[in-house]
Amino acid sequence: MGWRRWTALAAVVVGVGLTALLLGSGLGHDPNRLPATLVGRQAPDFDLQAIDGGGQRAHLAALHGEVVILNFWASWCVACQTEEPALRDAFERYRDRGVTLIGVSFQDSATDARAYAASRRIPWMLLDDPGSRTGLAYGVSGLPETYFIARDGTVSYKAVGPVNQALVNQQLRRLQAEGAA
Amino acid sequence: MAVLGTIAVGLAFATAAYGLLAAVVGARRRLPALVESSRTAAYSLMAMVVAANAALMLAILSNDFSIRYVAENSSLNTPAFFKVLSLWSAHEGSLLLWNLVLAGYLAAVAFRFRAKPPETLPWALAVMYAVSLFYLFLVMVLSRPFASLAEVPADGRGPLPLLQNHWLMAVHPPFLYLGYIGFSVPFAFAMASLITGQVSDWWVRITRRWTLVAWGFLTVGLTLGALWSYAVLGWGGYWAWDPVENVALLPWLTATAFLHTSMVQERRGMLKLVNLALAVTTFSLTTFGTFLTRAGVVASVHAFTKSLVGPAYLAFLLLVLTAGFGLVALRSQQFRSEGRFDSALARESALLGNAWVILTLAFIVLLGTIFPVLVETVSDRQVAVGAPYFNQVGKLPFLVLLVLMGVGPLLAWRRSSWVQLRARAAMPAAAGAAVVVATVALGGRSWAAAATFGIAAFVLVANAGELGRVISSFARSNRRPLLAAFPAAVTRNRRLVGALVVHSGVAVAACAIAASAFASQTEISLERGQQVGFQGYVLRYEGLQPQPEAQRMVLRAPVSLLRAGRSQGVMEPALNLYPAASEPIATPAIRYGPLTDLYVSVLGFDENGRRATFRVLLNPGVSWLWVAGVVMAFGGAVAAWPRRQRALGGAEDVVGAGTLAEVG
Repeated sequence: MGWRRWTALAAVVVGVGLTALLLGSGLGHDPNRLPATLVGRQAPDFDLQAIDGGGQRAHLAALHGEVVILNFWASWCVACQTEEPALRDAFERYRDRGVTLIGVSFQDSATDARAYAASRRIPWMLLDDPGSRTGLAYGVSGLPETYFIARDGTVSYKAVGPVNQALVNQQLRRLQAEGAA
Repeated sequence: MAVLGTIAVGLAFATAAYGLLAAVVGARRRLPALVESSRTAAYSLMAMVVAANAALMLAILSNDFSIRYVAENSSLNTPAFFKVLSLWSAHEGSLLLWNLVLAGYLAAVAFRFRAKPPETLPWALAVMYAVSLFYLFLVMVLSRPFASLAEVPADGRGPLPLLQNHWLMAVHPPFLYLGYIGFSVPFAFAMASLITGQVSDWWVRITRRWTLVAWGFLTVGLTLGALWSYAVLGWGGYWAWDPVENVALLPWLTATAFLHTSMVQERRGMLKLVNLALAVTTFSLTTFGTFLTRAGVVASVHAFTKSLVGPAYLAFLLLVLTAGFGLVALRSQQFRSEGRFDSALARESALLGNAWVILTLAFIVLLGTIFPVLVETVSDRQVAVGAPYFNQVGKLPFLVLLVLMGVGPLLAWRRSSWVQLRARAAMPAAAGAAVVVATVALGGRSWAAAATFGIAAFVLVANAGELGRVISSFARSNRRPLLAAFPAAVTRNRRLVGALVVHSGVAVAACAIAASAFASQTEISLERGQQVGFQGYVLRYEGLQPQPEAQRMVLRAPVSLLRAGRSQGVMEPALNLYPAASEPIATPAIRYGPLTDLYVSVLGFDENGRRATFRVLLNPGVSWLWVAGVVMAFGGAVAAWPRRQRALGGAEDVVGAGTLAEVG
């Protein structure tokens, strides 16, 4: 092969390599990632009614001193169903260890949410959020989103998309260790 | 259905693998029977992919929410029409459609070359099967449309609201796919030529026709996409230089360049390597576009949800680039030009110059598209490249391109003389100058717009003149009256006539785009019953009218329209609330007109609808863009239409402008 051909081949190899480098590193970034501005700050307060209409309420400020998992969900959200077992597990294991799990419905009709919760016998507290005000205050952009709130009321972690057992355990262990220290 | 679909996909994969193997072994060992079985395997592949698509469609229509894709992209309340569209409204399903179109093209190639197959056919089939294998692998392993849910939900989420808001979603993606994927055929034949080292004359003729078909579909797809953006998104424009729009435009540009340079090869035996490289480039750009859209590298209205397929797409893109350009580099000495350029003032020079300008435009668009990725890689900062970059940088090359579009057809092959060009260009140039003067006299204060109108007039008159010349000379040589000679003259000179029509379409599009310099827009907030004047219209807000529908709530904001004291009826922009969307989706109201469109979209309501905020635009010339799209696609169809009388032989364009010039 003549040197010309080698040069051309080398050019192709270098070009492809650069493309790989550039696009490959692009893969590592999430273009839709928004900086989680809430992390490290005081969690927006809320005082909401339970969706079952039993008159129960939950006030975040009143939960001071407890670790709170705040999970935004909806009856129409398929991904929320995939994370349900993980939340169920966390609820069972940590309910007596100073952790409160709260679900807040997001962009859902109260009837749908109620029917859904009843059919699946969700044991933790589910709150109705008229006009999704609380969701907006937290900056929920897609479901599900889960916020881990420390005992002092600051947001310590925000999970976008369905959570799994490992992630929940890791976050809760960290929060409990912080609280104990 | 899930089982059926999964089996169909698996069988399709096996068929494609067999087709690839049979083609390669058949070609290497010279076993025609094996090659033939590879060719007919394309039909089986097609059948399997049709079955897979049908299975998903049936699952969607029968609300089978045990399939994850159905649960996430359809719901009980979704109207049947939009349920059908759910087939391609998300990544996994759209990949099935992608496979369908690809298998369709494979089957079409297999059918087209059922008799007298060219020598490179086995390798072309092999390449297409290989491409097919990749996309089937995706649906089989990485993004499975038939994946099931452990627990069956009672209802699904429904398609993305944006995608169930307008009928255009029914046609825009299929046309785009037909165009995009169609470029795999020229690529396959180019690769076959590169592998075998053979570039015969028919290569370029065949490839040109298939490119034209794909190009025509992509033209329609792009136009429909612009129309969708205009009629659905409510921001008042039709092209946002969104990354995904750009990557659809890129292969269109390089294919356009190929359509021009391939003529030089056909006529003069030159630019062989350029043509092969352009076919490879075009397909690489479609692969790049797929990667960019589906791997989640850029943020876009079109971007599919992030999935694990990103690395797979990247690997495939790199494979295409390496194999394609590697072979081009290896064969670079082999495909030397037979002829050479005789003169700068000749048709082939204009065609080549035109290709260079188009490639420059493509480079500008590509650079703007990947620049954000580039910057983020180097500095971890997020930047966005907006419309001003593309508009400013692209303006001049585009105008040069327009000029060439007018001058090119006036030039003869091999060698033209200035005298001849001056004689032919006099009328068009006068028309162009007149239009510039008229634009300025009428108060057009934009040099770019005035220049565009002028050059467009030049292009229109020049191309119409050539059309007239083709017909009249055909009439003369066949001793027929002009009108009677028209159909025969067109059918005998399809390619030339098609090109002239496409050029005219581009000129019209250029005018429509340039006219946007004279658009006016405002945002106003109106109380119920309050009215406001805008560009000679009076608009009055008539109050909120909520209207519940099965799958959504429509909030209409009727606006009465008056002009010169006379009622012009009511426009009804609306906001649609979908249960699964956190933001309302707008439906703008548009009064389409030959000169201007009045465009009203509602941005929001206050005080329970007593007050509403509107965006109102007066867009000049937009309708002509849709006309231009139709004209261009029509021109492409004219040029690509197969000849019925094969007896006429290979010589096309019996009376081309070039031949004419050579004669007289």
